[in-house]
Amino acid sequence: MKMNIKIWRQAFQTTRGNFQTYILENMDDNMSFLEMLDVLNEKILHEGGDPVSFSHDCREGICGSCGVVINGRVHGPLQGVTTCQIYMRHLKHYKTLVIEPWRARAFPIIKDLVTDRQAFDRILQAGGYISINTGGIPDANATPIGRHIADQAFAAASCIGCGACVAACPNASANLFVSAKISHLAFLPQGQPEKNHRVESMLKAMDKEGFGNCSNTAACEFECPKGITLKNIAKLNREYFEALFRSSLEEHPTHPHHGKGDEVAHAAFHDTHEK
Amino acid sequence: MSYDITEYKNTIKDTKKWLADGLSRSTGKKFLMAMTGLFLITFLMVHLFGNLLLLVNDNGISFNEYSKNMSHSKIIRVMEIFLFTGFIFHIGFGATVSIQNRLARKIPYAVIKSSETSSFFSRYMFHTGSLVFIFLLLHLNSFFIPHRVLESGLSMYESALIVFHNPLFVLFYIFAMILLSFHLMHGFQSAFQSLGIHHNKYTPSIKLLGRFFALVVPLVFAVIPVYIYFWK
Ligand code: HEM
Ligand code: SF4
Ligand code: FES
Repeated sequence: MKMNIKIWRQAFQTTRGNFQTYILENMDDNMSFLEMLDVLNEKILHEGGDPVSFSHDCREGICGSCGVVINGRVHGPLQGVTTCQIYMRHLKHYKTLVIEPWRARAFPIIKDLVTDRQAFDRILQAGGYISINTGGIPDANATPIGRHIADQAFAAASCIGCGACVAACPNASANLFVSAKISHLAFLPQGQPEKNHRVESMLKAMDKEGFGNCSNTAACEFECPKGITLKNIAKLNREYFEALFRSSLEEHPTHPHHGKGDEVAHAAFHDTHEK
Repeated sequence: MSYDITEYKNTIKDTKKWLADGLSRSTGKKFLMAMTGLFLITFLMVHLFGNLLLLVNDNGISFNEYSKNMSHSKIIRVMEIFLFTGFIFHIGFGATVSIQNRLARKIPYAVIKSSETSSFFSRYMFHTGSLVFIFLLLHLNSFFIPHRVLESGLSMYESALIVFHNPLFVLFYIFAMILLSFHLMHGFQSAFQSLGIHHNKYTPSIKLLGRFFALVVPLVFAVIPVYIYFWK
């Protein structure tokens, strides 16, 4: 198999990138897409060039590191797989492959096809956890959870944080990722104590990163390699509306001027909340 | 317990902060878009029932009666304020989210296959909405302003006859209704999703109902000026 490979090349985050075209011959149908990039890089190295940078780790669809856009389709033209699970036989009807990095303001390009997805980490740090020590293995029947609730929590927990949802969304919105993280904990009893705080701070962190808003286009659901569904986004919305009315005052301090003349509390409030 | 003016002021300040914080999140904005969108949908239904009276063959007596009652009713006057506020919020937030969405991806993809992954209607909400907005301005200019603001001597029925005998306006009306249909094809079911209403049991019905509404309501709206143009 012979193919033209058009790849986005960008030396640094701050420099301008452009497409470069390479030609690969004698490719095996059963080579994986990432192996094709390996072979291409060998060739570029032999010719004394700068190899193409791309992210990858497990190469079996579980870590979420890999991810590029191939001919306009996030994680390639198949549904329900990551980039590392794409094989050249899936692409052989193309004459030219156009390979682009995830494009989103919140995911700056580090080099070539490698994007900085730490925005996701910062969203998780804002609330994607429970603040208790896990301790020993709990008794299996100590915390009863309905079967279909457990299934939904598991399904949400299978998000690998690859960022394909953002890349596929016409608005570069991170709602599917955030909704997976929110639902996964909100369905389970362990997630209850911090649920209001969690959804408020994770959404705040999400907005701060500069992702777009959800328009319910469902492109994310279509492209997600782990089958995370829009139902999770509806759950996220419900959690948020609930938190609007139920989160504690510590999370939304009111202006402490209600008692008369409490200048100290007043000054402290302005110190901590209006900076 | 005594209350002085600063305490009232602070209560208002706290409430404002709570609402402003809560509704300025992307989920809050979509909540408002969905609520106002659904409100506009109910308004469309009321408006359509009124328009249907134009088809009654009595030289506009029942239609004029109806529009007179509407403009004299106190409840309708109050609802009008809600309606204008609803439009302003819907359009204001619609523009805001659309601008933010555009800014969220500064460099576009070289190859775009979004037609394979999402519906046409969902990607052009801003475009269809904006054209409906232009239509709305023209529409207010030909009906609301002359009757409510300038109090011209014409009856509502006479106005409708004049406006709908202008072929350009009739064509634009039809065009706008097609766009409204596009807007609702996605908007109707999207509003429920934005409000967190999604369940295997009833979401398929909501989607079906949405498509039916998006097809039938603009169609019936559009039939009326065509009928007047050719047969009245
Ligand atoms: C009678 C007129 C209208 C009706 C019934 C209507 C209805 C709706 C509904 C139900 C939604 C879905 C809300 C959601 O996704 O949560 C929507 C979305 C939207 N509307 Fe309207 N709308 C109307 C007019 C307008 C106008 C005049 C604009 C002007 C710009 C507009 C702009 C938008 C935009 C941009 C969205 C998409 C928001 C997003 O999901 O990102 N609409 N509309
Ligand atoms: S929701 Fe799906 S597409 Fe988005 S980060 Fe998680 S696994 Fe990837
Ligand atoms: S390399 Fe781990 S998911 Fe692709």
